[in-house]
Amino acid sequence: MSAPAADAQLNDPVLSVDKVSVRFETREGPVVAVDDVSFGVRQGEFLSVIGPSGCGKSTLFNVIGGLLTQHQGTVSVAGETIDGPHKSIGMVFQEESTFPWRTVTDNVAFPLELVGMAKAERVERARHFIKLVGLDGFDNRHPGELSGGMRQRVSLARTLASKPKILLMDEPFAALDEQTRLLLGDKVLQIQQEIQQTTLLITHNITEAVQMSDRILVMTYRPGRVKRIVDIDLPRPRTSEIVSSEAFGRYVAQIWADLREEASRGMREAEDQVLHHQGAES
Amino acid sequence: MNGGAGAAGTTVAKGSSQAGGRHRDDRLHKALPTLVGIASVIGFFLVAELLIQFGVLNRFIIPPPSQILGSFGRVITEEHVFSRFLLTATECLTAGVMITVIGVAVGVAMHRFKLFQQACETWAAALASAPMVLCYPLFLVIFGRSAWTMIIMGFVSGLPPVILKTIEGMAGIRKVLINVGRSFNLTRSQQFWKIQFPAALPSIFIGVRLGLIFALINIVGTEFLINFGGLGQLIEDLAERYDLPGTYAAVCFVILVSILFFMALEKAERWLIRAD
Repeated sequence: MSAPAADAQLNDPVLSVDKVSVRFETREGPVVAVDDVSFGVRQGEFLSVIGPSGCGKSTLFNVIGGLLTQHQGTVSVAGETIDGPHKSIGMVFQEESTFPWRTVTDNVAFPLELVGMAKAERVERARHFIKLVGLDGFDNRHPGELSGGMRQRVSLARTLASKPKILLMDEPFAALDEQTRLLLGDKVLQIQQEIQQTTLLITHNITEAVQMSDRILVMTYRPGRVKRIVDIDLPRPRTSEIVSSEAFGRYVAQIWADLREEASRGMREAEDQVLHHQGAES
Repeated sequence: MNGGAGAAGTTVAKGSSQAGGRHRDDRLHKALPTLVGIASVIGFFLVAELLIQFGVLNRFIIPPPSQILGSFGRVITEEHVFSRFLLTATECLTAGVMITVIGVAVGVAMHRFKLFQQACETWAAALASAPMVLCYPLFLVIFGRSAWTMIIMGFVSGLPPVILKTIEGMAGIRKVLINVGRSFNLTRSQQFWKIQFPAALPSIFIGVRLGLIFALINIVGTEFLINFGGLGQLIEDLAERYDLPGTYAAVCFVILVSILFFMALEKAERWLIRAD
């Protein structure tokens, strides 16, 4: 492959989101959750989507994952337009999503079982991913015996076992404490760097986004639009130690400046809504 | 050098004896609830025995446990208790299989078709609290003095809890688990067998346990009422003869049927969860 061709392949987005809009009908009338959002994620890139609560991040996650098909615009993976769940996209959810009736190995081997892989082979493959997320030794435990952070790692390993082109994560560490979140961020970074996994992270946590991303897409409060895309020019490989660097602080401040206005608007609208409801009730 | 080896040997010996001790402690810890359970039953019978022997309880209403224990041999040899036990157990097993298969299928269908659920769930709930044993004349007319009367009585009374708990189990499945299935592109059948069914199993098994309790009560009750069949008829015969120790001994066999079914259910639940 010639150098320009290789560059073109590297720069061509493996995931393209083109003019995606989502509108919901509510009792108060139609609500535009996501409006004309377009962006791309390049091969091996780590891109985070950040925005205040209610900006349509999770709606966007569901559209890209194919769980929400009622939308305008297109989502394509490597040039193929998708309209529903696609094997190239592996999803990690915000809520705890391990199967409590299966052991760690059986949870991770789940996607391999679906493709009809022989038991011995899938157990071996599952062990590889269990080790990758740092859970070796817990193979035969059930999720009920694990902590919240460990369970999220099982979910991550299960998704990685399906070898997706794009790893799509929706605030996977939202329910965890700050220290566990930083350490799991390290783990995700390590895995991402090790297997060059293209990753799209949906989050509302600025620290988490700056710690892990190559680029951060900042969204506006309702309707969710692309406000700005920030390139994070921090050295790799990274660990959570980077949070104490000056450059890290500058990025956090820059993104917070963008987000603050949106988050304040969201807060004001939420307060107005409460007052409106109270007025209507009285 | 030798001393070192000796010390190491002592350490290993200490380690293995500590491990052995821990193992014994673990076993004791696991067996403790069973032991306390058995001890409490023995304690209850001892207290009952003492209260009867000292005349606090009337021995003509409640026979002393020692007499009940003594009557077991007679009940086993003279009253053909094993064939009766087998008959009641078979009726209960047949009704149990029917309530499980039909109850789970109806529960899943009701959850799937909301109109069906909205239309019929209240009827199932009403049926669950109705004294179905009073309907025995109807089934006696339809099925005659046969085991089928008891089986259908058990089936009708045990069905509602299975349906209701299946609906509850299906409705209680976390949406994220369904979404995991969707994200892996599962077919509808895979979605059901790989996610929904195992996720609803704990609730379904609660329903089956309740259903079996209702079925057993109604089966033995109907045997008692129509004086036909297994242990219920034996209890009625012995009570008619005012053989109270024998009556209570026969009741113990009914309890044995119940225990056996619960043990089998526990095994089935573990097997099904592992077989997913």
